[in-house]
Amino acid sequence: MLKYIFRRLIQSIPTFFGITLLSYLLLWLAPGSVVERLYLAPNIKAETRARLAAQLGINDPFHIQYLRWLAGDDWLRWDSDGDGIADHSFTLLAKLDEDGDGVPEPPGDNYGILRGDFGRSFVKKQPVMDVFLANLPATLELGIATVLTSLAIGIPVGVLSAVTRGRAFDNVSRVMAVIFDAVPNFYLAYILIFIFAVMLDLVPIGGRCVPNLYGVCPPFYDRIIYLILPTFVFAAGFIALFSRYVRTSTLEVLNQDYIRTARAKGLSPQVVNFRHAMRNAMIPVATLLGPIITNIWAGAIVIETVFAWPGVGRIAFTSAIQQDYPVVMGIVIFASIGTILGFLLSDILYVLIDPRIRIH
Amino acid sequence: MQADDRKLKLDEEAILRSRSLTDLALARLWRDRLSMTAIGVLLFLTAASIAAPLITGVLGVDPNTTDASGSKYLPIFSEGHLLGTDNLGRDHLARLLYAGQISLFIGFMSAFLALVIGVTLGIITGYYGGIIDDFVNWIITTLNAIPGLVLLIVITAVFRPDANSLILVIVFLTWTATTRLVRGETLAIRAREYIVSAKAVGASDIRLMRVHILPNVFSLTIVTLARNIGLVMLIEASLSFLGLGVQPPTATWGNMLSKSREFITAGSHLMILPGLLITVVVLCLYIIGDGLRDAFDPTATD
Repeated sequence: MLKYIFRRLIQSIPTFFGITLLSYLLLWLAPGSVVERLYLAPNIKAETRARLAAQLGINDPFHIQYLRWLAGDDWLRWDSDGDGIADHSFTLLAKLDEDGDGVPEPPGDNYGILRGDFGRSFVKKQPVMDVFLANLPATLELGIATVLTSLAIGIPVGVLSAVTRGRAFDNVSRVMAVIFDAVPNFYLAYILIFIFAVMLDLVPIGGRCVPNLYGVCPPFYDRIIYLILPTFVFAAGFIALFSRYVRTSTLEVLNQDYIRTARAKGLSPQVVNFRHAMRNAMIPVATLLGPIITNIWAGAIVIETVFAWPGVGRIAFTSAIQQDYPVVMGIVIFASIGTILGFLLSDILYVLIDPRIRIH
Repeated sequence: MQADDRKLKLDEEAILRSRSLTDLALARLWRDRLSMTAIGVLLFLTAASIAAPLITGVLGVDPNTTDASGSKYLPIFSEGHLLGTDNLGRDHLARLLYAGQISLFIGFMSAFLALVIGVTLGIITGYYGGIIDDFVNWIITTLNAIPGLVLLIVITAVFRPDANSLILVIVFLTWTATTRLVRGETLAIRAREYIVSAKAVGASDIRLMRVHILPNVFSLTIVTLARNIGLVMLIEASLSFLGLGVQPPTATWGNMLSKSREFITAGSHLMILPGLLITVVVLCLYIIGDGLRDAFDPTATD
């Protein structure tokens, strides 16, 4: 098992490099200069602009910039005697005095994304990691609530649907599943906001808690009411997915010999359906975990924007609009790592749950 | 020699007359009432969108004529405006029809291009294997590891595409699924006896791929096409909702829906109708997709 996990992790290294390459390529191709993004001064002098560009290293060729972003620049130019002035450089890639004004450039202080340094946000001026970590709890809260809700509804519906195959419950739930699948989630959100928040005034329109001066929210059990609508809208698609998967796998399980044996022993239908059949029908659900983590990241952007939920998705969207590239690239990479790990986790779970599968 | 030729010709005719898998599948689809209804609704909406200039001409309305004389936010079934008017007094029906042209075009075109790329690359990588296969696979695993919508939002926010380049961006992110599917099927077909024997009599690689592999993977991909169009339309709607899709004044169902949130109380029909159209079209496409899958299922019995 450990060997398998290790091999899978090794296999994901090329994928990870592909992701970093692609996201850096996007930044490279993006229109507009980083100098203007970073220093909001359109009247800046041409030579100042050139010096800033040289200091930022944006005149360097693509592979050097990529390398610097990936592995940092503290090993390109450093200060060995502690006076704050760079005195050595890795001459192959960087000169001590890059802009040629006779004064050495400051020593490199970026560790690169491989060591967890994603740079600073252009807009917020905070490290990207801090921005991400500050918004992560809200997204995790919504994501976990969504997955739990969709499991809690989707699995029983799927099992009941299979058991009542061809009858009213089955037909209604299958039609509902297709509709939930086809409706754009922001449209569902608007309709539910319109009905439950605007007309009936039962739940808030959006947000994570009552706005306050401190910008912190009380623990989630004090503000469940804020979670209801976003969770339900977010979960709708997953409920459809789970119920369809579980229905198919339950139908397969119900034809197995051990189910017939259990019935023949005289066990009640409830025990047969929910203890014997459901537990085995759940196995394919484990394989859905990977795709679901991907979909949570992607869906969070839309859901968090509709409901003004202060999470990673909304930050991803606003940063993309503001062309805050370090944050955008950081979030792309975090989301991708989450996806890779999600797929790995669902493969591991699948092996652990199903004793018929053994890895050699 | 001549007799041989005639015999060959007769055989060809016999093959043509016999019912192929596709014929059987289409016959099965014809009997599937739900799928046929979905096809009917989809054809109706598509035809109405294409005929938008004609319909609006007959009704005497225009999608871009604003009316400031108090006829803003007219409800549906108003006089002269069948589906009411929007915040600028523009005819809602006309706008929905013209928006449908763009939304449906993006959906059909992106899914079609993704299919063409997917089938071509899938057959090539599955047939040749080796370094091309490894390279394409690396790109696919990389793209699949990045949540699609996240990447799409980044690309559209940075480059601000119009309708045509939006199609290219969507294709860039959606060709991978078809490629994997076709590649797997090609790998399986490549090992079959009839391919080996065709190769033995000297068929070129191109001919093998075009004549012997392509028809066999085709039914597999056509089944996924309907569902993919639906998926693409949802993606376009989400992007337009975020203000990153096609930019106004060009209307799509997605950006009409997005704008409508500002007047959710003044004119709720402005929100309900575009969303309903997206939902109905995607629903039809999903139903057709399921119907096609069942119809092309080789284990199905008549």
